[in-house]
Amino acid sequence: MPIVIENLSYTYSPNTVFAHDALKNVHMTIDDGEFVGIIGHTGSGKSTLVLHLNGLIKLTSGKILVNDIDLSKKYDYKKLRSTVGIVFQYPEYQLFDETVEKDIAFGPKNLGLSKEEVAYRVRTAMEMVGLDYEIIKDRSPFELSGGQKRRAALAGVIAMHPKILILDEPTAGLDPKGKENILELVHSIKKASQVTVIMISHNMDEINEHCTRVAVLNQGELVYYLKPSELVERSLELGKMGLDIPTSARIARRLRKKGINIKTGIHKQDELIAEVLKLYKGERA
Amino acid sequence: MRDIALGQYYPANSIIHRMDPRAKIIIALMYMVSIFFINTYTVYVLTFLVLFLLVLLSKVPIKLILKSVKPILFLITFTAVINLFLTPLENKPYVIDVYFRQWTVNNIIFELKWKFIRFGMTWTGVNNALKMALRLTLLVMGPSLLTLTTTPVTLTDGVESLMKPLRIIRFPVHELALIMSITLKFIPNIIEETDKIMMAQRARCADFDSGNIFKKAKALLPVIIPLFVNSLRRAEELAYAMDSRCYRGSKGRTKMKELKFGLKDFMALLLAAGFSFLIFMARYNWFSLNIIYSLV
Repeated sequence: MPIVIENLSYTYSPNTVFAHDALKNVHMTIDDGEFVGIIGHTGSGKSTLVLHLNGLIKLTSGKILVNDIDLSKKYDYKKLRSTVGIVFQYPEYQLFDETVEKDIAFGPKNLGLSKEEVAYRVRTAMEMVGLDYEIIKDRSPFELSGGQKRRAALAGVIAMHPKILILDEPTAGLDPKGKENILELVHSIKKASQVTVIMISHNMDEINEHCTRVAVLNQGELVYYLKPSELVERSLELGKMGLDIPTSARIARRLRKKGINIKTGIHKQDELIAEVLKLYKGERA
Repeated sequence: MRDIALGQYYPANSIIHRMDPRAKIIIALMYMVSIFFINTYTVYVLTFLVLFLLVLLSKVPIKLILKSVKPILFLITFTAVINLFLTPLENKPYVIDVYFRQWTVNNIIFELKWKFIRFGMTWTGVNNALKMALRLTLLVMGPSLLTLTTTPVTLTDGVESLMKPLRIIRFPVHELALIMSITLKFIPNIIEETDKIMMAQRARCADFDSGNIFKKAKALLPVIIPLFVNSLRRAEELAYAMDSRCYRGSKGRTKMKELKFGLKDFMALLLAAGFSFLIFMARYNWFSLNIIYSLV
């Protein structure tokens, strides 16, 4: 079932001096199995949009349908939150329990599942994020390494078996290798459990490489909702919002300007490398 | 969580915002002491009026001041109820005097007797309860006006400056002021972080709202533990940051903005002293001004 957002607006602290429109008339649909990226500057409304999807922010105007749950009416919040899992920014700062196992079990337990089911889900979730169940389950989450902590926190959400997985800047504060690992992990989770993934980021390259569609938010408005290949053509407009087109597309453009006959429409890293190699080999031949 | 008014500065440009923090602190202290000496409703009403006037002058929405009472609403009702029922039952008549015309009523409103236990409500109790509630409300509202109109940094500067004389007895004035300013500065951060962690745990179907009080307290553990861990981590980082910028305590430290105690601050102080004097006058019937005293 898709996610349908219609006419969504939201204002923080209405009727005060601090009033601030976080979202203005947002329309978008997200189909099953998509990998949607949301990009925009700080304060563009990315988080506000995403928090609406599992009811952490109450809908005040507009309409949202998530898997046929109508958020403008009364709904079962447990059902919604088990359908939509959110991994927050720096999720490792939300770990709390004595052991990693207990911490991951927190969500499934709250869903009221049986003991066996909880244990099974914890183990599979840990395996999925690449944490060794036997070695790590009894350790305190606070003594794990940074990368492990983030994986444990991710497992805590995955163990709830969401149909839609929302990630708020999952790579923030990680080194390049760690970033790559987390994104690979997201892909493997997506493949294994067929979830719809929504990822917030302000790194265009990340979004470009991984997403099927990109939503560009600027000051609470949804400016674009396009495929990454289509977004490449809007470099001027993106520039005005302080966003850049993906590095690969930028390099391709520069090369073309230098008179190198490179194919147009390149936006992914692999494509660019392949194209450059082809041209290089062609020149040598 | 965002409802906590303490340490929340409300930006505006008013005469009260511009006042010297030292004057404001002294006035707030005088105010808090004086409140305990109010014993007639007339003076309570008068104090409320004065406070209301100050709020108008400060351009702070009255709603924010009222909000500051919210966290202690339970305390207020609790003390009121205790006063209402635990005032000793006596059969003395209760005297209401309005402009010297005295009415006597039966002090006991109702009474239940069972063997040796007597339980009931008296007019004295009603009186005590009401006055206690008024006193607590005033006690919270006044200082919240201070924190709403003064930034934490200015407030600490004021406290530090006022406590300077204590240095003679080697009291660590600067350190205390620093602790205070750090505490105040981090309140919004901690509130924000609490919000975030609560949301994250809610997303994992944590339930903070149902169940009895013990269940609710236990449900907060997944919020409190990360909050503590993160606060300690932040404290350590802050210490490193201060160290790396050569922080050496108060030794040879200068201020970017020196405080200035002007004429308007002096005038305000005089007015406040006058008002306190009035309260004491009404309480102890100095100069035998029975008119103030006799209004209930």
